[in-house]
Amino acid sequence: MNFSRGFNNMGSPHLPPENTVGKIMLQVLLALLPGIAAMTWFFGAGILIQIALSVLFAVSLEWAMLKLHGKPVRLFLSDYSAVITAILFALCIPPLAPWWISLIGMIAAIVVAKHLYGGLGQNVFNPAMVAYVVVLIAFPLELTRWLPPRGLAEAELLPGLLQSLQTIFSGHLPVNLSWDAITQATPLDLLKDGVEQNRMISEIRRAPVFGNYGGRGWEWIANFYALGGIWLIWRRVISWHIPVAIIASVIILTLPAWLYDPSSNPIPLEHIFSGALVLGAFFIATDPVTGCASRRGKLIFGLGVALLTLTIRLWGGYPDGVAFAVLLMNMFAPLIDRYTRPRAYGKPR
Amino acid sequence: MAQRPTDNIGKYLHNFPGGLKLRHHKALSCCKPLPARYLPLSTEYCIPVSQHLGQPAEVVVSVGQQVKKGQALSTPGKTGNAPGAFVHAPTSGEITAIEKRPVPHPSGLNSLCIVLQPDGKDRWVELEPVDDYRKLDCDELIQRVQAAGIVGLGGAVFPTDIKLQGTSCLINTLILNGVECEPYISCDETLMKQAPGKIIEGALILCHVFKIEKVIIAIEDPMDVCNLELEQSISEFNAGDCVEVIRVPMLYPEGGERQLIQVLSGHEVPAGQLPISLGILVQNVATVAAIRDAVIDGIPLIERLVTVTGAGIREPQNVHARIGTPIADLVDFCGGYTAGIARLVMGGPLMGLGLRNDQLPIIKASNCVLALTHADITSTQPEMPCINCGNCVSVCPAGLLPQTLQTVIRAENFEALESLNLDACIECGCCDYVCPSHIPLVDYFRYGKGEQRAQAKEKQESDIARLRFERREQRLEKQQAERLARHQRRKRALAGSSSKKDSVAAAIARAKARKQVLAANQPDTNSETGKGENS
Repeated sequence: MNFSRGFNNMGSPHLPPENTVGKIMLQVLLALLPGIAAMTWFFGAGILIQIALSVLFAVSLEWAMLKLHGKPVRLFLSDYSAVITAILFALCIPPLAPWWISLIGMIAAIVVAKHLYGGLGQNVFNPAMVAYVVVLIAFPLELTRWLPPRGLAEAELLPGLLQSLQTIFSGHLPVNLSWDAITQATPLDLLKDGVEQNRMISEIRRAPVFGNYGGRGWEWIANFYALGGIWLIWRRVISWHIPVAIIASVIILTLPAWLYDPSSNPIPLEHIFSGALVLGAFFIATDPVTGCASRRGKLIFGLGVALLTLTIRLWGGYPDGVAFAVLLMNMFAPLIDRYTRPRAYGKPR
Repeated sequence: MAQRPTDNIGKYLHNFPGGLKLRHHKALSCCKPLPARYLPLSTEYCIPVSQHLGQPAEVVVSVGQQVKKGQALSTPGKTGNAPGAFVHAPTSGEITAIEKRPVPHPSGLNSLCIVLQPDGKDRWVELEPVDDYRKLDCDELIQRVQAAGIVGLGGAVFPTDIKLQGTSCLINTLILNGVECEPYISCDETLMKQAPGKIIEGALILCHVFKIEKVIIAIEDPMDVCNLELEQSISEFNAGDCVEVIRVPMLYPEGGERQLIQVLSGHEVPAGQLPISLGILVQNVATVAAIRDAVIDGIPLIERLVTVTGAGIREPQNVHARIGTPIADLVDFCGGYTAGIARLVMGGPLMGLGLRNDQLPIIKASNCVLALTHADITSTQPEMPCINCGNCVSVCPAGLLPQTLQTVIRAENFEALESLNLDACIECGCCDYVCPSHIPLVDYFRYGKGEQRAQAKEKQESDIARLRFERREQRLEKQQAERLARHQRRKRALAGSSSKKDSVAAAIARAKARKQVLAANQPDTNSETGKGENS
């Protein structure tokens, strides 16, 4: 019998955690799939090409930056955080945007926003939103070329997979098409312009890009994002606080105006089911690194995102404001965390 | 009358913040067999003198001395008001050595042990049972508990007599802690099934002596069978009107004293205070059973139930082991190790102490010997940066921000730890267990606490040094002032008597007088001059 044997006597606890960063990110990826599928259904294969491009650029840049930093490459690539960043970015840009939009976006996200700040866990700003805002400000023309969703007459003209590839890499549409013929103002664009021209909401909503409660196609995409997001909450990958705070705040903040004058103020559902709000509520604002950690902090963070998004949508220069709102709230996150510390056991507040 | 925190205790269950639902693993060892078996005599017992929280005890035996089972080997000594506890011989035999040996202690340092070679006869010292505990008063009970060397058997090993001393008349509720919230450990559950009467009788003794109105036995939800055993025993003792069994939901670390109080009463024990401030006394069920043995039978604490379990043990079970038994003997009794054994732990998997080898003795704090395999302890990922996910915040029962504490400790910003309430951390390990980045948070907190203590000590020492310096300065200043004052007094005195000119004139006058005297009477010169100078 082996009596006196040495054991590894490290400190407690002796059970290793079951969760890993990679597992969390993988579940986020899975949760995005229904939304991606819906997006592809409504806007064509361009979405998938953009995702593939962004992921390729993001992973290559991540690899290069890890090498430069001298960090373990395999370990950090297998946390999938770069892949998530790439996909979230790709879902925000028009499906036929030229390839270099992705490249510039991913340089902004992975090199600048992530690794120049110290890599995973150190970044102050949400990398995907930094990328989106950079390309949105630098290349407004390319970023407004949104396609008509399936179900509209114009959508019949949309290029197929090969033609999309050609368009993305050459920057030119096939000869039989022109940007003017196929690009379409998004519901939020129309809404913004219409309200500025003092037109009635019911009149604005007669445009074919509007659906039952949001934008045509967009409302369904939002539903599928929400489906994935609710699965994440159920799996406890994200907590309910931020998504609920954002969506509830949007409803509460827009409800009075709509009740007061429904002819010039859109119904709250319109705000939720257009633009990037649902995607932002479940997948972007819930980025742990750049958000708040305490529960009350998360609620305040969500409220802030909703407030800023609506402010930009209603009074700002851009039709949607989720990206700017998230970035602005990223700046506030440490301060919010500072003032929402939970009370320690047995201590006065 | 104002409402007391204990008035509605146990009526509703409350929540404590955070906590974890963990896999139980108790069926491995619980009640296999019932009653638990006694370990045969070992060839040698090594009894550490310091098994409790507080001062080391004073050894009262010498090498070569024959001792009987239950004889006191060391006493708390006269160490002032620091707590201490008796240690007794687990069997009869000869003291072969009193020396420093390895003991199960986080420091890993050797500590003074009394080594006992059994003679195999297992003869008791003369025991002094009490016929009727109702005749005992407070002091007698405390004195008996002290003499029996009883300490908190839940793991804190605080001397029970000291805990009771502070208690007298202030408490109205006794909580018996049977919530073994850590996975794997099942010795308390086994005890509750095997000897519920001992627990109830022990509780009744405390009730009688301290005039306690209500006893709550808190057990975990899945322990439903032991609920029945306890209820049956309560009715046997006709104690139904004051003793109540309450099942609390299974949530780690609910067995922590302060967490359990929060669950049962909804009140928090204020920081820096004891449960007495709420009128509550919490005792582990095994401690109460030991009090009963000490009072009714006069038996000191020389053995305890130990859970020997884990995937690394062939036949996991609970055993009665004498204090001082080498852990290897327990493992042997339970069929030895399995092939995959990688880590040996004294206590549970979340708060237990990792042991270097199995030659260490069982001590009063040893509720569990846990053998974990490679599969149990191998991490699937190396440590990664914190991603601020907040999982640690949501599971922390103390309401702390582990991720912030960790960054502050990494930055060696120890001054900030106080405002972040690191002292409230109970090192339960919940944050560690949920961290997706596999950061050893509790290790950081232990380090931070150590640094905090070191800094506090340094500050205390520098305060003393500064005080000493200031006193010295004051003293010197005072001396200087005195010297100056004396000087000035003398100066003033001199100035008052005569000015310089006068004194010169006086000297001349004296000299003249002397000359005259000299002329008149030559032999008396010396005495005259002396007089003149003194005037």
